[in-house]
Amino acid sequence: MKAASFDYVKPKTIGQVIGLLQEHGDDARLLAGGQTLMATLNMRLSEPQWVIDITGIESLRGVRVQGDALRIGALVTHTEIEFSDLVAQHAPLLKAAAPHIAHRAIRNSGTWGGSIAYADPAAEWPTCLLASGGTVIAQGPKGERRIAADDFFTGLYSTALQPDELLIACELPLGRPDHWFGFSELARRHGDYAIVGMAATARRDGSALRGLRIGLLGLDATPLRARQTEALLEGRALNAGLVAEAVACLRQEVDPLPDLTNAPDTKRHLIGVLLQRMLPLSAHV
Amino acid sequence: MADLYPIKVTVNGKAHQCSVQPRTHLVDFLREDLGLKGSHLGCEHGVCGACTVELDGKIVRGCLTLAVQADGAQVQTIEGLSATGVIRDLQEAFVRRNALQCGFCTSGMLMAAKELLETLPNATRAEVRDWISGNYCRCTGYQAIVDAICDVLQQRQEALV
Repeated sequence: MKAASFDYVKPKTIGQVIGLLQEHGDDARLLAGGQTLMATLNMRLSEPQWVIDITGIESLRGVRVQGDALRIGALVTHTEIEFSDLVAQHAPLLKAAAPHIAHRAIRNSGTWGGSIAYADPAAEWPTCLLASGGTVIAQGPKGERRIAADDFFTGLYSTALQPDELLIACELPLGRPDHWFGFSELARRHGDYAIVGMAATARRDGSALRGLRIGLLGLDATPLRARQTEALLEGRALNAGLVAEAVACLRQEVDPLPDLTNAPDTKRHLIGVLLQRMLPLSAHV
Repeated sequence: MADLYPIKVTVNGKAHQCSVQPRTHLVDFLREDLGLKGSHLGCEHGVCGACTVELDGKIVRGCLTLAVQADGAQVQTIEGLSATGVIRDLQEAFVRRNALQCGFCTSGMLMAAKELLETLPNATRAEVRDWISGNYCRCTGYQAIVDAICDVLQQRQEALV
């Protein structure tokens, strides 16, 4: 199908974007990579009066180290993350997750900021942000504001962003030498939406993991933390017995929503399989 | 009706100045305004890959890109790639391996394969499969397409020795 008619504007500054959001409210949609918005426009699931193209704002681009954080601009594409040396060095979880996102042509256009702001509970980046303990940086009429990943995803496709705020970047803590990460997901076909998936970061401490954060995707209306399972594993030497205990804990902890082809019990089983695959039997691995 | 939006875009090396409706996506612009019918529209929501074109040197979904977003950009379509001969080896391999039947997916498949050959010149067969997973073919069962791309990977590697 073809998109319904809309007006198009390509502002040069963040201030102009915020002004347009204040003026047009819910009649406007932001366009970054367009890999979700364009599909919904073409299928007429979305019919905004205004499309505000933010791709002309250079300050939203680029990956850089800033203090003790890796800053990823809202307009950084999935492909740029996949092939960024800075990401590979400081946030290797993202490099591992990137190839799971759709297909090359889509990764060339789709953006980090778009994925985080859209907050699809089956998407990779929101869960990676959560597992990394990252921070969202939003700009609105009153200036910049920082929102912890744990507070950002508030419901299905819903976030803590206000209607007149723009996500400008995210910051992830720099991976230290003892950094450990894991990523695992199940999809019927490469690039399809995941049935379930999992991202995690921690610090290695001998044969144990500390500060473990496990993010889950495809189970609920938002990306989730597996807090009980994180607590169970915290600081304990990893071995086959502990992994089995953690898998049982995770299956008891989650309450999956079904999708078109997978029942809650199927997803509960599969998320345990992923945890078993992801956890190293020894944290030295 | 929304106002027309003026764009300047270079398609296959030729500069164009046009006015487009904001809602027009890139492949409708290429096909209807410029008469370049080599890029195809299958699903129009980013699933099938038949609309794959190059925007500033990178493959994109032409149906998920607005024509106005190509303002100031370089676009390459299958017509441009064919005319310059940069994928002649790939096209010959597709013929030799019977890597097409109806041909609907072929232009998108060739665009995707070209970027694979340039980005991962040592790609494995599994990497080829992953790379073209965004392009649907309903005729061949993919084996012949993967064979053709792997042939060209090998040919280009041997040419470097």
